[in-house]
Amino acid sequence: MTSTVTPTSTAAAAPAGKSPAGPARSARKGRSSTIIVTGLLVVALYFLTPVYWVLVASTKSTEDLFSTNGFWFAPTFALWDNIAQVLSADDGIFIRWFLNSVLYAGVGALLATYFAAAGGYALAKYEFRGRNLVFGTILGGVLVPGTATALPLFLLFSQLGLANTYWSVLLPSLVSPFGLFLCRIYSQATVDTSLIEAARLDGASELRIFHTIGLRVLTPALVTVFLFQLVGIWNNYFLPLVMLSDTGLYPITLGLNTWLSQVDRLPEFYELTTGGVLLSIIPLSIAMVILQRFWRGGLTEGAVK
Amino acid sequence: MTTTSRAGQRPARQLPRTKARNNRTDGAARAPWMLLAPFLVLFVLTFILPIFVAVLSSFTKVTRSGLFGETGVESEFAGFSNYAQALGDGSFIASIGRMLLFGIIQVPVMIALCTVLALMLESASAKWPSFFRAAYFLPYGVPGVIATILWSFLYVPGLSPLFDIAALVGLTPDFLGANSVLWSIANIVTWSYTGYNMLIIVAQLKAIPGELYEAAKVDGASTFRVALSIQLPLIKPALVLTTVFSIIGTLQLFAEAEVLKTVAPAIDSQYTPNLSAYTTAFAYNDYNVAAAQAVLIALAAFTLSFAFLKFTNRKSS
Repeated sequence: MTSTVTPTSTAAAAPAGKSPAGPARSARKGRSSTIIVTGLLVVALYFLTPVYWVLVASTKSTEDLFSTNGFWFAPTFALWDNIAQVLSADDGIFIRWFLNSVLYAGVGALLATYFAAAGGYALAKYEFRGRNLVFGTILGGVLVPGTATALPLFLLFSQLGLANTYWSVLLPSLVSPFGLFLCRIYSQATVDTSLIEAARLDGASELRIFHTIGLRVLTPALVTVFLFQLVGIWNNYFLPLVMLSDTGLYPITLGLNTWLSQVDRLPEFYELTTGGVLLSIIPLSIAMVILQRFWRGGLTEGAVK
Repeated sequence: MTTTSRAGQRPARQLPRTKARNNRTDGAARAPWMLLAPFLVLFVLTFILPIFVAVLSSFTKVTRSGLFGETGVESEFAGFSNYAQALGDGSFIASIGRMLLFGIIQVPVMIALCTVLALMLESASAKWPSFFRAAYFLPYGVPGVIATILWSFLYVPGLSPLFDIAALVGLTPDFLGANSVLWSIANIVTWSYTGYNMLIIVAQLKAIPGELYEAAKVDGASTFRVALSIQLPLIKPALVLTTVFSIIGTLQLFAEAEVLKTVAPAIDSQYTPNLSAYTTAFAYNDYNVAAAQAVLIALAAFTLSFAFLKFTNRKSS
């Protein structure tokens, strides 16, 4: 197709603009490029410094942590000792917290995405009574602060006997009003009604049409919704804090904070906390760096329409 | 409901042969509800019911008779007394005021920063855009609690190398003092969410048709001019979206303050509205006043978001 005028032509415009320009113009271009890249580097330094610090800190023993420069490595390299300590502390509770987080975020995000896709598709592709009411109510849910519902949710769940169980954190994680909102926009824009009609004529049931045609066309949006929800659950702190009292059910955020709160009395918890922080940010950082490509793709298409 | 009854009327007028097709219309009427059912059930359980419970218990007063409530618990309608108690609590009001101050400064700074970063990244002069995008976005993958633990290490004298650097230029910063700790929290929030907001803006920038840039180039517009007259107006929806989410996020602030509390004595147990509600519920066991506080926080978030949306709508028309 018209590959020369794709939206990425901002980047493509640069070499095109260079050819007719004289040396003066390209010199100016070079200078503005230096300014911009310098600016980008300074900001990158700001974002990466804390991560670099914890990387350095987790290689140090407690004495070195306080006596050597925080931005450079100490003579003794204690990273493996620290990590071994993190993993073995309290009968391997760290691994348990980590697996809990994986369970809450992984299962929660997967099911939430599926439910949001089904709901968004239904609201976009069917005419039925009550559709606007349902959509309006759910849209209101986008604006309700998550922490505002956490307290009453705790009251409700303790009456149902669900508080302090896996369900108490998992169930609220299965709902993503914003995800449903994105799926509805995306369904309206991309799921072809004539394709649905054709499948109906072929005798496919409505649910089958959703699972074969709907889900496949929606995939880019689903990746976005899944990632939003995954990060949202992984980062959530208030809900598990309110719901859980048993440390064995804690996700990693809650667990590391219980370690941090002990450093005042027991300085060796510094090593545990820095090592634990390092281990906990590695998987999601890798995921972020790899998956931000897909993320961008899904969002753009939702935003255009 | 009516769709099913209408579908049910049809066989009387039609030949039995069309029964199969009738089943299909029936199925089509049921299908949206079947698809919506799992979401709706969970939505009612985790959104509608809690809001209902919150509003209900914010109007209820529970009195326990006997020393430990062993002779019975009595609930009665309390009118607005819980709200009066919440609003009469100076510390709670102060925490809302503190978040307003925080939001007025932090949200515009962050939105400006992420807009500038997005424009710089998308400009033709940027090098290694994917590296920078990943570097800026990385903090979003670090949970607020972990981000706060990270920064708290950099705020504590004796542990943080920042103090050595500041001493070189003759400064003795106090990140955790009564006046500065709010801005130390603002720094953590900015660090966490700038990259995320930037990505939303980048997505919208990428949706701008290439023809507009071509036309601007033909007209000889400078990069600055293109940003001001083409890019900024067209990314307005993304800016509005990120601002509204930031406003809601500001009023919800909890983890950062709660975690930093362990190293900063200046943060009390009612430093943010949410911390206040949490303390009321779990330290004082006064769930009804806590429910009133939760309702007030949600109302404040709603009001501010709507006010902002109204403001931006009026400005554009």
